[in-house]
Amino acid sequence: MAPPLIRTQDLAKEYRMGSTVVPALRGVTLEIARGEFIAVMGPSGSGKSTFMNLLGCLDHPSGGEYLLDGQAVSRFSDDALAALRNRSLGFVFQNFNLLPRTTALDNVALPLLYGHVATAEARLRATRRLAQVGLAERMDHQPAQLSGGQQQRVAIARALVNDPALILADEPTGALDTRTGIEIMVLLQALNREGITIVLVTHEHDIAAYADRIIGFRDGRVVEDRRNERRDASADFSALDKVAA
Amino acid sequence: MSFLATLRIALKALRVNSLRSGLTMLGIIIGVAAVIVMIAVGRGAQSKVEDQIRSLGSNLIIVFSASSTFTGARSAAGAAYTISEEDGYAIGREVEEVYAAAPTLRGSGQVVAGNANWSTTFYGVTTNYFEVRNWSLAEGRGFDQAEMNGAAKVAIIGTTVAANLFGSESPVGQVVRVRSVPLTVIGVLQKKGQSLSGNDQDDVLLMPLSTARNRVLGATALAKSRSVGAIHIKVRDGVDMKIAEERIRELLRQRHRLQPGQEDDFNLRNLTEILQAREESSKVMALLLAAVASVSLLVGGIGIMNIMLVSVTERTREIGLRRAVGARAADILRQFLVEAVTLSLIGGLTGILLGIGGALAIGRWVEWPIELSSGAILLAAGFAALIGIFFGYYPARKAARLSPIEALRYE
Repeated sequence: MAPPLIRTQDLAKEYRMGSTVVPALRGVTLEIARGEFIAVMGPSGSGKSTFMNLLGCLDHPSGGEYLLDGQAVSRFSDDALAALRNRSLGFVFQNFNLLPRTTALDNVALPLLYGHVATAEARLRATRRLAQVGLAERMDHQPAQLSGGQQQRVAIARALVNDPALILADEPTGALDTRTGIEIMVLLQALNREGITIVLVTHEHDIAAYADRIIGFRDGRVVEDRRNERRDASADFSALDKVAA
Repeated sequence: MSFLATLRIALKALRVNSLRSGLTMLGIIIGVAAVIVMIAVGRGAQSKVEDQIRSLGSNLIIVFSASSTFTGARSAAGAAYTISEEDGYAIGREVEEVYAAAPTLRGSGQVVAGNANWSTTFYGVTTNYFEVRNWSLAEGRGFDQAEMNGAAKVAIIGTTVAANLFGSESPVGQVVRVRSVPLTVIGVLQKKGQSLSGNDQDDVLLMPLSTARNRVLGATALAKSRSVGAIHIKVRDGVDMKIAEERIRELLRQRHRLQPGQEDDFNLRNLTEILQAREESSKVMALLLAAVASVSLLVGGIGIMNIMLVSVTERTREIGLRRAVGARAADILRQFLVEAVTLSLIGGLTGILLGIGGALAIGRWVEWPIELSSGAILLAAGFAALIGIFFGYYPARKAARLSPIEALRYE
């Protein structure tokens, strides 16, 4: 059996607020295999965001182990983490986080510039990813000229551009209407079918239903971890269209 | 990220807020332009003063006949002739500190050549006068001792006189009349331009002292007393002017039999002192300008820091995103530093162009040589870059130290 993509052992994180120590994550042990589509759920303050930040190598844990692809990431330096984020991870945010006044193409190519990929090569790869998310026609558009759904697809193309093993999506449909949200889920499911592991944070059960494993957080601990029969997003999308017609 | 890509991002960020960037640069532009103008004008002024010192004859002391209170009514300085030709020779002979002393007589009148005439000042001088004043000839020759002794009817004229009497023709060999005395022009002085007080130093005619006394001025009292209007004295190199002045005063008081407590019947004037004071004041001017320029550069630098801090705050989310997709803290530091330096360098280059233009314009206006130096320009450009680094570092470090999570969450 292949080693898991992610393995955490008693992963903990506490924040210091003046003299008081606030525990945000109290020992999380779990494994995520390659190719899984996971929905992380939980109320605010449950520790799911902290968990995502740790998975995303944006923060150092205060205790426990985190192995990403067999590497003990918890002991990496800041610069090594930056390189790891650049090579192995893709982020999708609720508010898209695209650079304003920058074309879709340049937004998508951004991670490659930090990975020392030559400009021409970076543009080529960014163009390919934009075509993959269906925005080949909008490459030269700036975020302000794109709809919310299109902006999120640019963000997904950006997350894909470095061929990451893992995509972390933090409420990717939170700022979108239902129809556009389902459209994004169609895209994420398609990417997952190609073998990309996706961890998605959401508080909507409708969105979590598109994943095939649901992990629930509460008070800094995993309180639920179950398999889910994933709904087919593209079927839902076509159904929506029929209702509209 | 490559440097070129970083530079491109910086230029783009500056272009997005082009008005803000322009205003921020203004301080640097003014500062750098001021530095360049200051150095160009300052150097020009200094070299002009140095030229004047050289043309006046360095180490020059002039003794004038003083106003005499002999008759009770004070007359103007130089009006009464209290010093004599012999005083001049005695100073040259007896005062060790003196290199040469040239007694001179001065008069003014019409100079006529053919049907042209010109009103000018003429001087009766000794052969060493040229050496004392550091004057040289553009054409012809100077007086010789025989002409001196024999009150020869010869003259040397300045270029202004030459131009007015002879136009473009060579005056050497021509005859001019001064107070009806015909004098043969044997030489033309090198052009000297304006004096410090604005007199045309080329509007002059020189003749042997004896000629002036015996033939041209011809005043009986003068001829008998052998008195002169002034003695020009060149002090030896390296001698303290104060000491030389004191020796000359002592000698003259002794020769004029002045009692202790009695007023001098002559005036000593040291032109170098006046010039040095001028040079001093031009240095003070340059220093003042430098102070203004550095204050402007400092204010400009603070402006850059201010705008960079605003920019870092505005772009906190962007910083978070860049960190998330793989930028190291050092990449962020470099990005904002390059932005600050680009801002100050563009300001610096604009300032250089403006400074050169300003210096040339001022040069045309004040009519003195402006000395633009590549050193000053390099200095200004280097200073601008330094300011960018110095004042850009703090905001850039602030940006680099942002935690990626907090930056991403920033509203």
